[in-house]
Amino acid sequence: MEYLAGEYDVIVIGTGHAGCEAALAAARMGCKTLVLTLNMENVAFMPCNPAVGGPAKGHLVREIDALGGEMGINTDETNIQVRMLNTGKGPAVHALRAQADKKLYQARMKKVLENQERLDLKQALVERLLVKGESVEGVVTRTGAVFKARAVVITTGTFLRGRIIIGDVSYSGGPNGQAPSLGLAESLKEIGLELGRFKTGTPPRVNRRSIDFSKMIIQPGDEKPHNFSFMSRKRYREQIPCWLTYTSEETHKIIRENLHRSPLYSGMIEGIGPRYCPSIEDKVVRFADKPNHQIFLEPEGRDTEEMYVQGFSTSLPEDVQIKMLRTIPGLERVEMMRTGYAIEYDYLPPTQLKLSLETKKIKGLFSAGQLNGTSGYEEAAAQGIIAGINAALYVRDREPLILKRSDAYIGVLIDDLVTKGTNEPYRIMTSRAEYRLLLRQDNADLRLTQMGRSVGLVDDERYRVFEQKSRLIEQEKNRLAETSVAPLEEVQNFLLSKGSSEIKQHTLLIDLLKRPEISYADLRRLMGDFPDLPEEVAEQVEVQVKYEGYIKRQLEQVERFKKLENKKIPEWIVYDEIKGLSTEARQKLNKLRPLSVGQASRISGVSPADISILLVYMEQKRREAPEEA
Amino acid sequence: MVDDTIAAISTPIGAAGIGIVRVSGRQAIPIVEKIFRSLKKRKLADARNYSLLYGHIVDLEGRVIDEVLVSVMRGPHSFTAEDVVEINCHGGVVAVRKTLETVFRAGARPAEPGEFSKRAFLNGRLDLAQAESVMDLINAKTEKSLKVAVNQLEGKLSVEIKKIRAELLELLAHIEAGIDFPEHDIEEVSRSQIEQKTRDILGKIDALIDSAGTGKVFREGLRTVIVGKPNVGKSSLLNALLKEKRAIVTDIPGTTRDVIEEIVSIRGIPLKLVDTAGIRETEDLVEKIGVQKTKEVFEEADLVLFMIDASTGITEDDRDIFRLVKGKRNLVIVNKTDIRRDIDISDMEKYVEKEDVIETSLLHGRGLDKLEARIEELVYSGLAAGQEELLVTNIRHKNALEKARRSVEGVLKALDAHLPTDCMAIDLKEAYDSLGEITGETVSEDLIDQIFSRFCIGK
Ligand SMILES: Nc1nc2c(ncn2[C@@H]2O[C@H](COP(=O)(O)OP(=O)(O)OP(=O)(O)O)[C@@H](O)[C@H]2O)c(=O)[nH]1
Ligand SMILES: [Mg+2]
Repeated sequence: MEYLAGEYDVIVIGTGHAGCEAALAAARMGCKTLVLTLNMENVAFMPCNPAVGGPAKGHLVREIDALGGEMGINTDETNIQVRMLNTGKGPAVHALRAQADKKLYQARMKKVLENQERLDLKQALVERLLVKGESVEGVVTRTGAVFKARAVVITTGTFLRGRIIIGDVSYSGGPNGQAPSLGLAESLKEIGLELGRFKTGTPPRVNRRSIDFSKMIIQPGDEKPHNFSFMSRKRYREQIPCWLTYTSEETHKIIRENLHRSPLYSGMIEGIGPRYCPSIEDKVVRFADKPNHQIFLEPEGRDTEEMYVQGFSTSLPEDVQIKMLRTIPGLERVEMMRTGYAIEYDYLPPTQLKLSLETKKIKGLFSAGQLNGTSGYEEAAAQGIIAGINAALYVRDREPLILKRSDAYIGVLIDDLVTKGTNEPYRIMTSRAEYRLLLRQDNADLRLTQMGRSVGLVDDERYRVFEQKSRLIEQEKNRLAETSVAPLEEVQNFLLSKGSSEIKQHTLLIDLLKRPEISYADLRRLMGDFPDLPEEVAEQVEVQVKYEGYIKRQLEQVERFKKLENKKIPEWIVYDEIKGLSTEARQKLNKLRPLSVGQASRISGVSPADISILLVYMEQKRREAPEEA
Repeated sequence: MVDDTIAAISTPIGAAGIGIVRVSGRQAIPIVEKIFRSLKKRKLADARNYSLLYGHIVDLEGRVIDEVLVSVMRGPHSFTAEDVVEINCHGGVVAVRKTLETVFRAGARPAEPGEFSKRAFLNGRLDLAQAESVMDLINAKTEKSLKVAVNQLEGKLSVEIKKIRAELLELLAHIEAGIDFPEHDIEEVSRSQIEQKTRDILGKIDALIDSAGTGKVFREGLRTVIVGKPNVGKSSLLNALLKEKRAIVTDIPGTTRDVIEEIVSIRGIPLKLVDTAGIRETEDLVEKIGVQKTKEVFEEADLVLFMIDASTGITEDDRDIFRLVKGKRNLVIVNKTDIRRDIDISDMEKYVEKEDVIETSLLHGRGLDKLEARIEELVYSGLAAGQEELLVTNIRHKNALEKARRSVEGVLKALDAHLPTDCMAIDLKEAYDSLGEITGETVSEDLIDQIFSRFCIGK
């Protein structure tokens, strides 16, 4: 028996990292929101490695935070170790990475959802979407509850028709021993969406007490750990180290001897796995001349003995997994607690989405996270917050928030997915961003807080902090541009001691700071009477001044990029009517229906000549029917 | 409105060696100002609309390239409705080419095929009825320039560029893999490794700029081959065009046994002129070798001058040769008209334009003027082997190579200034993309493929 169980503005299906952000964003923007989870114990669950951040991923977390999301704060509150990576390689690629306490992370996120105004968290299995005409209307659960809403966000991760594979054993299931979701996949197909199939894998977990750490190299956290969130105040909590070891000749031998039992090589797995997360058997086969591979042992939390064996993702049979593990220095007597597995699942090829993450087919239906063919908690959360924001804006009949490739990694991620699609689980990388020097993790707040504010997600406190920081940065830059030093002996000596050259006349501090060998801290030491500025302000000033040349160059590139980006393609355009287009361009444009000329130009198979013709055609139509354009 | 400034040789280039370089966009006037020296020391910025200024185009080092007339047409009262500057060059193809190159160096970018018309339309200068024809124009020009680019790319240049790109990509992927996967055991590229590789690449780009800079045709001239049966007057024609007695002329058929090559300048156009052994079925072995060579040379020709002898009329030999010639761009030269004029060439006429049949009497030096004029026309109107597109693609290539060069130099500068690898990656990517402009490829996917195929990355 179906019954009407409730009416909402926005319904979010799933409480993974995408679902949590989507639900919070919608509720915080004032929408009456329902978030449904398969299992209350699995809110914000991390099925894979116990870590958040890293290159590009850490950038995403800070961007989510700047928009008013939760992932950054939640990580800051619950982590057990923090490291800033890439510190020697330039400001744009500094990358914050934290080891999470999985249980704490989940517990805190669940509490945040439970306590959020206007947000209901309920446990239910969604069987079916309700669609009327071209618009979504709500969902129906297995127990017959009908929830109505103008917007629905699906964030079901790897649960759609999930199948677990361990060696020659395989069974239907979601990650970590949970039930898969079967009805929803059918429902999506029924409303005309296509599904594809991907696979990913996870390594075994072992008991800390069975590890001999004396044979491993300790990996401690930073002495002065940074926070992800621009709102988190510095706190120095006790950090727990990770450990590094290597596979041995013996490990590789066992793998080679048992390859025939691997579902990857026996053809049992049909889904496409990611290249950047190969299983250990894959690595041994593909990089046959590499004598050993790195293995990190990462604690899964503060109050557990479980450790994650990073670098050891595998779908070989259980008995082989145990044998392999015990050939690794330090793991000779290891006890395996959970078996590694591969999981195959349905995903929604993301070219079926608009840049707002709304499906092109069904109005009001949004999709975010691993379901869209990505991998990684951060990628999921990034899509989640955008889908949540846009679902809320949709309910209000407002224009969607679309971040450009020049605004944020989030923009790069979504544009890549929607415009190019993906043929493996998509991972964000700094090399995917064209304007990397602008999209730094240190300035995510300066780039995005205003946008978060204008959609109503950034609260007063966050906005005040942002305004204050922006003001201080400007003031300090102006001060450096007005203050000079004389070529006194002590100044010269100081410069020489830094490996710099002497000055010949009065020199502005800002010019000294432009010298690669002189840091802001050096200037402070030299001058003495420096204002007492927060660390993040000094950091901004330093980066902005030092890399001014490169930043300017990238800003110019962005200006050019934006011209085509701001040229919107009207929805009514009929590509079949444009004679001059190449056949391939016509097909792709018809299928993808890009929003802007810029987006069109990134579709493979659309040439510059096609773009020229499109522009002329658009102008022709505009003049023919001026009232429409 | 698109507001970068574009430049191209505006077509068609008239006869008598005059060519116009057209520059359009917000920066058109300041860009040309940088390279124009008015004789009366006048500034373009002060020039009245549509007035002509006389002076010289100089390159960025101050060397004079050509004597020119420059006109300024400010938007919206110009063809594109943007500021437009037109440079009328007088020094023939070479001068036009150099002028365009200099305009690029001063800050304009090469116009896309049909871009002037496109801008004119988008800016409202062309009316609605012309939309279709602008689209057709874009298509036609793109197709034409693609064809030329592809032809050229099959050559040595493309092989070299591909090699350089591969090296850039390898270096870039190594740097990027280290950045994106910092905790994997990827051996970091050291600064000295980066420097060494970058210098190596710089050297290769330089070599390419030197050799490919002028482009095959403009370095070697328009390949023009004189063919015809023995004794028709081929060597006489070579001598006449050279204005010296280079080849031996006798009344014995089969005098020229080998292929003779000479560079001739005809009205400012470099011609690589080839005199050949007369083609006919032959028994004489030495002659046979010569004939074989003739056929080879013939294959590579941009333009064929096919001579027939008015005094003998059309023979079987002529028809055989004409079968070879038909597919090539050719002019038919009817020689020895002092002996007889009324020969019947009707079976060739359906394959040859009227203007392409030229009567001469080399004995009296008659008809040479007409021949020279026709060759010039062919070159300037782009009919001979798509010279115009070739010219433009050449300049584009050089421009792209020079852009790549500047980016690679940027890497060295960043090294010198102790800037982090991240900054160098920006320059490397730019260099890679500039070279990609030549072959039409972009960076993003290549790079990621390269990272995953070369490095063992995973969790
Ligand atoms: N009457 C007359 N004789 C000409 C004319 N042009 C060339 N001849 C003569 O024709 C003869 C052959 O001329 P070449 O230039 O050697 O002919 P070719 O085609 O190079 O001959 P091979 O090298 O033997 O194939 C010479 O005696 C020339 O003087 C012309 O216009 N009128
Ligand atoms: Mg001869």
